[in-house]
Amino acid sequence: MEISTQEFKHCEMIKVKGRVDSATAPQLAQALEKANEDGKYKLVMDMSELEYMSSAGFRALLAAQRNAKKYNRGEVVLVGVPDRIREALELAGFTELFKTFDDPLHAVGHF
Amino acid sequence: MQTVQFQAKFDFLDEIREFVGNIARENGFDDQAVYHIQLAADEAASNVIEHAYGGGADGMLEISCGVKANTLTIILVDHGKSFDPSEVPLPDIQADLGDRKIGGLGIFLMRKLMDEFEYVSGARGNTLTMTKRKA
Repeated sequence: MEISTQEFKHCEMIKVKGRVDSATAPQLAQALEKANEDGKYKLVMDMSELEYMSSAGFRALLAAQRNAKKYNRGEVVLVGVPDRIREALELAGFTELFKTFDDPLHAVGHF
Repeated sequence: MQTVQFQAKFDFLDEIREFVGNIARENGFDDQAVYHIQLAADEAASNVIEHAYGGGADGMLEISCGVKANTLTIILVDHGKSFDPSEVPLPDIQADLGDRKIGGLGIFLMRKLMDEFEYVSGARGNTLTMTKRKA
């Protein structure tokens, strides 16, 4: 798994590549927490190059969304979610908790 | 049926997914089914590592996988703490953000992704059996 971040005027984009499972999810959680520590709560998760995500990754996303939405200070949105991962998120009932976009520009423009 | 043993560590999840994924693919399961089988095996193994062995690295985890009559079977055996899957509360997947519970999601997904899910705890350890039929 690889994580990179890109700053925009009104939000931060966090791109996660590769596979997120119980071994790698703590790193993802850490990157999301780090953004929050830096006062960034408006986050775009770019999942377009993500190959795999287990429920360990879903939990990291859920924690980040809770933290972001607290006091209405922000939101986590998802962009480029691959079909298989979208399907698993749907099974888990997670798709209602996150706005999703196909195009990164639209996701960034949401903020 | 092929069988492999792994140390109960999250680092081996990649290999566990590859093991079941290869068998599924070789036997003609499509990409979507392969993903489901890999995710179910990952969730099962993650639960064993996290809960049966409490994250300690000493435990072993044995996985068998094979296909017979268009049905893939995964059998996972561990010698850690057992649990009663019927007592794991179902996650409320309709709940609002603030009320979402974190636990139980793995078992919920395994049941959704696979056709059968059975857990037996006895003298020879804990045995989880899951099957999936080819579409």
